[in-house]
Amino acid sequence: MAKKPELLPGTLDLMILKTLTRAPLHGYGIALAIKQLSDDVLTVEEGSLYPALQRLLLQGWVKAEWKMTETNRRARYYTLTVAGRKQLGIELTQFEQMIAAIGRVLQNA
Amino acid sequence: MAGLLQKIELLFRRKKFDDELAEEMSFHYEEARKQLRENGLSAEEAKYAAQRQLGNATRLKERSHEMVGFRFETVLQDVRYALRQLGKSPGFAATAILILALGICASIAIFAFVDAALIKPLPYSNPDRLVDVTESVPMIPHANLSYLDYLDWKKLNTVFSSLDVYTGNSFMLRTQSGTELVPGASVSAGFFRTLGVAPILGRDFYDGEDSPHGPNSVILTYAAWQKRFGGRKDVIGQTVTMGGDADTIVGVLPRSFQFAPRGNAEFWEAIHAKEGCELRRSCHNLTGVARLKDGVTVEAARANIVLIAQQLEKQYPDSNRGQGGVVEPLSEAIIGDVRPILLVLLAGAGLLLLIACVNVSSLLLVRSESRRREMAVRSALGASRARLICQFTTEGLVLVMAGGSLGLGLAGSAMQLLTRLIPTDMLAGMPYLQGLGLNLHVLLFAAVLSLFAVVLFSLTPLVRLPWNEIRDGLSNGSRAASGTIWRRFGSNLVVVELGLAMVLLVGAGLLGKSLYRLLHVDLGFQPDHLATVESVAIPNGRSKNNDQVLAIRRQIISRVSSLPGVKSVALAMQLPVSFNGNTEWIRFLDRPYHGEHNEVNQRDISPAFFSTLKAKLARGRYFTEADEAEHPRVCIINQTLAKQYFPDKDPIGSKIAHFDMAPDSIMEIVGVVEDVREGSLDSPSWPTIYYPEPDPYFALIARTSQDEQSVLPSIVAAIHEVDPAIPVRGESTMDADINGSETAYLHRSTAWLVGGFAAMALLLGVIGLYGVIAFSVSQRTREIGVRMALGAQRRSVYQLVLSEAGYLAAFGIIAGLLCSLATATLMRKLLFGVRSWDISTLLAVAALLAAAALLASYLPARRAASVNPTEALRAE
Repeated sequence: MAKKPELLPGTLDLMILKTLTRAPLHGYGIALAIKQLSDDVLTVEEGSLYPALQRLLLQGWVKAEWKMTETNRRARYYTLTVAGRKQLGIELTQFEQMIAAIGRVLQNA
Repeated sequence: MAGLLQKIELLFRRKKFDDELAEEMSFHYEEARKQLRENGLSAEEAKYAAQRQLGNATRLKERSHEMVGFRFETVLQDVRYALRQLGKSPGFAATAILILALGICASIAIFAFVDAALIKPLPYSNPDRLVDVTESVPMIPHANLSYLDYLDWKKLNTVFSSLDVYTGNSFMLRTQSGTELVPGASVSAGFFRTLGVAPILGRDFYDGEDSPHGPNSVILTYAAWQKRFGGRKDVIGQTVTMGGDADTIVGVLPRSFQFAPRGNAEFWEAIHAKEGCELRRSCHNLTGVARLKDGVTVEAARANIVLIAQQLEKQYPDSNRGQGGVVEPLSEAIIGDVRPILLVLLAGAGLLLLIACVNVSSLLLVRSESRRREMAVRSALGASRARLICQFTTEGLVLVMAGGSLGLGLAGSAMQLLTRLIPTDMLAGMPYLQGLGLNLHVLLFAAVLSLFAVVLFSLTPLVRLPWNEIRDGLSNGSRAASGTIWRRFGSNLVVVELGLAMVLLVGAGLLGKSLYRLLHVDLGFQPDHLATVESVAIPNGRSKNNDQVLAIRRQIISRVSSLPGVKSVALAMQLPVSFNGNTEWIRFLDRPYHGEHNEVNQRDISPAFFSTLKAKLARGRYFTEADEAEHPRVCIINQTLAKQYFPDKDPIGSKIAHFDMAPDSIMEIVGVVEDVREGSLDSPSWPTIYYPEPDPYFALIARTSQDEQSVLPSIVAAIHEVDPAIPVRGESTMDADINGSETAYLHRSTAWLVGGFAAMALLLGVIGLYGVIAFSVSQRTREIGVRMALGAQRRSVYQLVLSEAGYLAAFGIIAGLLCSLATATLMRKLLFGVRSWDISTLLAVAALLAAAALLASYLPARRAASVNPTEALRAE
């Protein structure tokens, strides 16, 4: 089995926050979104996803509420809060700076 | 903030959190399965694939918990683990817990006494504004106040909002069963108001009730009210017959009332300056208590009183010459004596606890040594540094909790035991001990001690574990290195332990020697086979004339003398070895007199006093019965008086008189007796003068040929044969009086307690040394094996081990010597007849410690010497 590329540390929170900018999603929806948006390259392990969601809840960047899905099942939907949106901005900037820096190193070295 | 709330909420609503998480998981699982089915997998395959994708559900749950929860579970887990660890080595656990419990018990028990006596404020309103007010003369720093001086001080002072006086008193209370001597006190009318105490029943004395012709009013203590009047409310207005007078009960004091200087007083009457002592400015029998005005300091009050005393000295040169004044905080007057003792005991207990902690620390060190691999493995498996620290802290916590709660329980019993060991009379003078127990202060103190111990124990193994070396712990070759670290650190601990033990031993040695000196002080008489009765009173004695009193006294003497087993009987104003005081001022007729106060103890005795005591006559003669009948024309003086006032002259035949030259006070010295100790064991002999005057109140002393305790009942019976109405109190023996005296008791209890602490400290120190040496030997088995294989003699192995122990012991002893010199100086106040740097004590203690250390290291040394080289080499 081919080894799947690992997530860069610290990027999981970033991606969760990003997927939630469009609409509230449940945990499975977040995992699916990341998988589809990355063209099946990135798979979020559930073992990391849910603890990460709890962490974000704790920081107050997302909030959770139980709602019904289209198929009439109860699911916990996560919504981005105002603080979460701000945090996303900060993390995005930092991430882009880092990627740019890494890129410069890789090109010039 | 919100996060914290959520965490706390989670603590209480864990079930909800779990349920929600489970539901979320199952939803996720269902959706994944559906998706896989749509991708064309069979139902079975989809199920497994979804499960695989979800991974370990429990692990996921745990991580979610960790993310949001307190580390509550991990703490519990650590506690369980710690308990398992301790359970695996019950010997270690039991030793450590027991050592800790002992140390904590001693500290807490002593602290409870310190708290009750020194920390808790006296139970009066604004007790820090209350002061003790007395006169002072060169020989007596806190001398009683005379009534007339009191009136002047009260009138002239500008520093007290109120000044009152009290004095002890014995009441002859007539009861159904006869006459009983009841301790009480006489006070000026404002006494209770000055203290800020109000009766719970009836009323306080009103101003002026203490005037010379005021009514005979008495206020009861709560205890007396309960005991003698069954707590009946109608007691107010009743009369009690005390002595000749009928007193009206006007009030009952609250249960919480206490007054240490008159701790056993049951009846408090208003003082009436009608007769006798109160009318003479030269007769001092009162103690003052005052409340300072706002803003006035104790020093300012003292200055004011001294000023007034100087004025009175000019005004009444006869009576007030040399009479100064002293003001000190009331708390100082009450607990000033016990403070140094309690502080020394607290220091001793503290040192013991420190040794106990050091000892347990070194036990922990030994354990952490053998747990290096465990730590290394856990660290390699990803345990963070914080996690390991947490683990150690938990283990320390478990140890301290177990030791602490055991110690707390023991301390409760220890306090009761110690209180029960205090003689009843002394306990009456320490009413502040009534609240003794595991109160808030004590529990707080226990908590602080425990916290200190926990910090110490969790730090010890950490200091030990150099973090960069943890990985080395995985390989076996680190043994030698670990051994060095252990030796360097662990052995320092042992030096500390031995040093502290030395300090305690020196303290105990000095106190023990003081006690020995005290109990073997020269009494000037033979205390064995002396039965004593502290007070006997002839009813209506004051209204009887000299001959009547003398007749009754002689009847008593002859009745008691004729008892089988009684050899001779004497009566005296007070028993020897009780107190210096009851003084008078004398002048010498053969030399000029300038009004100076020659203050001497004055004692009235029956003729057989000295022969019954077996005192030694230096010159002249003893009294005869003829001296008694003729009013005092002769007297006997003690050697101290003779040396002080007749340094180069034979005093026999010289004439002495009372300072006022009253005609009937002139008397001739007929004898000089070697000092009979009148005061307490530790106070020097005062000049004393003996008169053959028959008092109606007296103590009785009988020399017996058999066990003195056994004749006491028949002595009391014999006195009652003379007159059943004669009250008798305080039957005892001279030996018991001396051994039970406050001085002896305080010295003995201090010596025994510190001795106990020292013995435990010695034991712990020696165990500590044994542990170090034994561990060192076990670590060096291989090295010793190699040495022996290469031809080392057993003797040199002994030398190797013993020299290591010798260094440690020597360092400990020297450090201890230096520290104990400092501490001994601090406890100088408690020593009697011993210098604080008593060489023989220091040497004896050093020798004892050295011998104990030798013993402790001999066992491991022998084990080392009996190492079989081949086995030692193979074992590695």
